[in-house]
Amino acid sequence: MQLPRFHRLRSAYYHLEGQACSACGAVQFPARRSCLACRSEELERRPLSGRGTVFSYSEAVAGFEGFAPPHLMALIELEEGPMVAAQLSDVEPEEIEIGMEVEMVTRRIRELAPQGYIVYGYRFRPRLEVEAGR
Amino acid sequence: MRDVFIIGVGQTPVGEHWDLGLRELGASAIDAALKDAGVESVDALYVGNMLSGSVNGQENLATLLADAAGLLPAEAFKIEAACASGGAAVRAAALAVAAGAHDVAVAVGIEKMTDGLASTVSAGLATASDQDYEASHGFSFVALSALMMRRYMHEHGRSREEFAPFAVNAHQNAVGNENAMFREPISTEDFGRSPIVASPIGVLDAAPVCDGAAAVVVCSRERLGADHEAVRIAASAAATDTIALGPRGDILTLESARHSAQRCFAATGFKPEQMDLFEAHDAFTIITALSLEACGFAPRGEALRMAENGCIASGGCIPLSTAGGLKARGHPVGASGTYQIVEASLQLRGRAGANQLAKAGRALTQSVGGHGSIAVSHILEA
Amino acid sequence: MKAAREVGIAGYGAYVPRYRVLTETISSTWRPRGAAAAAVAEKSVPGPDEDVVTMAIEAARVAVGRAGFDPGAIGAVWVGSESKPYAVKPSATIVAEAVGIAPAVVAADMEFACKAGSEAMQAAVAFVGAGMVDGALAIGMDTAQSKPGDALEYTAGCGGAAFLFAASDESLATVEASVSHVTDTPDFFRREGAAYPEHGGRFTGEPSYFRHSLAASRRLLAEVGAEPGDFAHAVFHQPVPKFVTRIAAELGFDAQQIEAGLLAPRMGNAYAGSSLLGLAAILDIARPGERVFFCSYGSGAGSDAFAFRVTERIRARREGPGVVDYLARRREIDDYGHYLRLQRKIRRS
Repeated sequence: MQLPRFHRLRSAYYHLEGQACSACGAVQFPARRSCLACRSEELERRPLSGRGTVFSYSEAVAGFEGFAPPHLMALIELEEGPMVAAQLSDVEPEEIEIGMEVEMVTRRIRELAPQGYIVYGYRFRPRLEVEAGR
Repeated sequence: MRDVFIIGVGQTPVGEHWDLGLRELGASAIDAALKDAGVESVDALYVGNMLSGSVNGQENLATLLADAAGLLPAEAFKIEAACASGGAAVRAAALAVAAGAHDVAVAVGIEKMTDGLASTVSAGLATASDQDYEASHGFSFVALSALMMRRYMHEHGRSREEFAPFAVNAHQNAVGNENAMFREPISTEDFGRSPIVASPIGVLDAAPVCDGAAAVVVCSRERLGADHEAVRIAASAAATDTIALGPRGDILTLESARHSAQRCFAATGFKPEQMDLFEAHDAFTIITALSLEACGFAPRGEALRMAENGCIASGGCIPLSTAGGLKARGHPVGASGTYQIVEASLQLRGRAGANQLAKAGRALTQSVGGHGSIAVSHILEA
Repeated sequence: MKAAREVGIAGYGAYVPRYRVLTETISSTWRPRGAAAAAVAEKSVPGPDEDVVTMAIEAARVAVGRAGFDPGAIGAVWVGSESKPYAVKPSATIVAEAVGIAPAVVAADMEFACKAGSEAMQAAVAFVGAGMVDGALAIGMDTAQSKPGDALEYTAGCGGAAFLFAASDESLATVEASVSHVTDTPDFFRREGAAYPEHGGRFTGEPSYFRHSLAASRRLLAEVGAEPGDFAHAVFHQPVPKFVTRIAAELGFDAQQIEAGLLAPRMGNAYAGSSLLGLAAILDIARPGERVFFCSYGSGAGSDAFAFRVTERIRARREGPGVVDYLARRREIDDYGHYLRLQRKIRRS
């Protein structure tokens, strides 16, 4: 049972909530006690835009129990600066490349047991192409 | 701080020990090390282990092993530092002796992985990463290393096949190590054909899941005997980096490895080129490459060129993983750091058998945990 | 029915997953070759990490974003669905939290087969119309369930839409009136704990879909004093395309009026999301001043009908993905086994 843990994480998981440093302006995710760049403790909560690019990626053959394939693992460089590890959705492995533009979506991350709690949180997908001039 | 010496080493073969559990493996390695050292009792036992809780359902492991090895009532603790646990246990023993708290201590690295299903082991290993922001999102140990390897290939214009020399060298070295798990050589072609585990990492990039235990006995100068084949721990250092990969400024620089190696070099005044061998943490070929660069053996992005030039083979400029390394000797995770120190000690004592290097006066060993979030380095001197 | 104060739609968002399965792929497993073609050629399928909650979150975010509404000012969230991920645990609280609406909000899941989404719309109009809240979010979303090999499996799709209701002076379309018509008609049901719904075959047609849709539609036309020809667009619940063409014809709507909202041929029947998604597709192309006729149907049985009038604000409220964008990103699942896995029809424990 890890229900309290995932409950605590919902701001990060649902809103990609990180922090902006009031001293040096750096943005970081996840939240921590002090700024990674300048160690200042003057930090403001900052939900991130969820837009970013693929910094690196891997297709894993197998995943942990409770994770549905495909296992498209990636490091995403967010436009505000932070790097976040997340899975990719709505994309075929052969379509993924470094530099690909992606956006955050909220999806099922894992199930804690076959009939257990469903953890929802951030994943990333290729930016949705929106028909211009509609 | 007092000088500390390794006066005895012991190890079990690495592999699938279906008939041996934690207590048998641990007691066997400890017993062998005590016999090698010619001592019957020790003041303290430090156990390097990562998965006894999650895979074997056994914590308070150090007490279990002190009991099994007949060391009661010695002080005994488990030291957990992910894949660097084995190196950390040796450091704990060395610190205890250096500080004067104890005169004789034994460190054992042990892992009994085959008691768990692959899924249990994989989930257990993933606890070395950031549970909230990596493991809970499905990132395994392999997947995180794969992200580093893909990025390395991208930044340095390399293909996955170009990582082959590390695996080929490890298997070649394991042929001569009777305790190694894989004693068959592999070719560059075998490497290229090996099935993908997490792209671009293939089976032959990765160290295997297995069982094993290795132990070293350390003592102070006062307790050195005339007949001891002693190896001096010239330096010992550990360093950390962010638990998750994301917040690191540069995922291709293993800062923990760099800091811990630099501290060892600074403490001894040695330079990387003065090392006769390097027992590297070759859990994945990418980690070998990054370790070589972090420790100063190769400039950033140049480790593969070193490997291509034969520099990492016995007789090369920096012989690597001379007993097969994590890749081919096997990687019982919490034990690997201790195996490295056992193997380096045997080289420095001239007792490395078929793998004995012509010149083995100084060795760097480095054990890396949590895809670079922790590293423990030692420089040993004959 | 009319609220005490004028209410309208302030923002809307749709969602359709990326995956499609050709009904041919299903019939190749279950039907003899040469059997009659299915009612639709393909239908939408959820991705492996999608369910009603994730789909509702995306549609709701777009709806709230387009409205330019402070999420904290939304006072109600209802998710209408018959394929909620939890039997007990509200989907609406997850959506409310993820969209930033929680905690000062009324939230619940609605159940009325395929009418659950329009039930949520009725409630939203009432809450806003009564002045109890400034904004109310009504969502209809489904990953439709069907027994493997059953006739329903050839049409049960997935998708839906979210509508943020607010006072009419903030709206992109005002609600002229709405009506509801329900009877105890057992055409389709799923018992607690059962994986798949049961249905009455042809009983789902004439005495169920048609009778209720016609009654609600006619009552609405009478209430607003309009003729079918007064509406630029009309949308109905879409179990199969021919039901929609038939009911439109019976009421006097022509093919052009139902064209924009008729999505079933491209994605099947999204159950509680079906008519709402059609309404979203209409709003994607509607012009200010146009009137829109809406009628849902849910088994069990009942229909909700709404008359809307599009305002000038529509032009500025279409940012981001439209229904066509979701339909255009299309990846075919060409294997029945893979399709079964995505529909979570394979038990692993």
